[in-house]
Amino acid sequence: MAQVEAQDHGLHGHAAPAPAMAHAEGQQHPIKLYLVVWGWLFILSACSYAVDYFAFQGMLRWSLILIFMMLKAGLIVAVFMHMAWERLALSYAIIVPPLVILVFVAIMVVEARYTEITRVLSFGTGQ
Amino acid sequence: MAETTLGHADHTAPRPPGLRGFIADWSSDQRAFKGVSWGKAMMWIFLLSDTFIFGCFLLSYMTARMSTVVPWPNPSEVFGLHLFGQNIPLILIAIMTFVLISSSGTMAMAVNFGYRRDRRKTAILMLLTAVLGATFVGMQAFEWTKLISEGVRPWENPWGAAQFGSTFFMITGFHGTHVTIGVIFLLIVARKVWRGDYETGERGFFTSRRGQYESVEIMGLYWHFVDLVWVFIFAFFYLW
Repeated sequence: MAQVEAQDHGLHGHAAPAPAMAHAEGQQHPIKLYLVVWGWLFILSACSYAVDYFAFQGMLRWSLILIFMMLKAGLIVAVFMHMAWERLALSYAIIVPPLVILVFVAIMVVEARYTEITRVLSFGTGQ
Repeated sequence: MAETTLGHADHTAPRPPGLRGFIADWSSDQRAFKGVSWGKAMMWIFLLSDTFIFGCFLLSYMTARMSTVVPWPNPSEVFGLHLFGQNIPLILIAIMTFVLISSSGTMAMAVNFGYRRDRRKTAILMLLTAVLGATFVGMQAFEWTKLISEGVRPWENPWGAAQFGSTFFMITGFHGTHVTIGVIFLLIVARKVWRGDYETGERGFFTSRRGQYESVEIMGLYWHFVDLVWVFIFAFFYLW
């Protein structure tokens, strides 16, 4: 019992709440940071739109779309949603699970290809 | 006794940063998310679940588009507008994107002014965010009206694969609903800020807890998430 208590105590020592000072006043950053990020989001959106406006095709189009998308998403999550200043424990809990969706994507790509082949073989192409 | 002292000393010791901190925070019987209030942690977890909902929508859209043998309608033309005597591809969606990003910018600044206890600026910026959000929903209503009048239905459309209509209405409809709910909540929180509820410690209507300016940040998390989802919808549905 005493041992457990001692252990508990030791545990508690490590488990002490983080100093509240860092967050007592909430997230304080200069307004300029938000304006800069806002500007970048505008630029990246304009780039995304340019991909369509200049009608890039194929791998170039897809890779550009994905790059601009990820940059925009990263800026929003990191700066606007303050994820860059949160502790890693929260960041990992929120950011890692959505990555598992990629596994789902891979499964559904295989499934969709199979469905398409079945449709072509059974019904012929088109209409 | 000595241990007690040690324990007390540990209480004030800073927690390890980085990967060691991640392991230390997760690996004991304690609250895992330090320096984050329950409200903020719960909003993040709600947003995570919402991520899966939108993830599944986009996945079903991908599956439908990949598996159909009928050509997919070209979104660049479908969402183009005839303006100033020429056809501009996807222009409405581009404007909607800029409007939503601007609303995210004003929201981020509202959060900042909230923590600075600048009630007036916070409320004005939140109202501006709500106006931009309502503008977005209005443009979406225009887009829906245009497409419906052109004959797009969940089961058919004049240009190609029938699944185009069902995925379009499902994904943009769900996103528009999120924006609408966000606008309503923005107005509620802006009113609280304006009245000074977060300074006098007025009890809220929903949880009857005393609100703080963190409520503005939590509201902001939701709003930025709506913008974030639009980034993915814009990339996968409109640009792809």
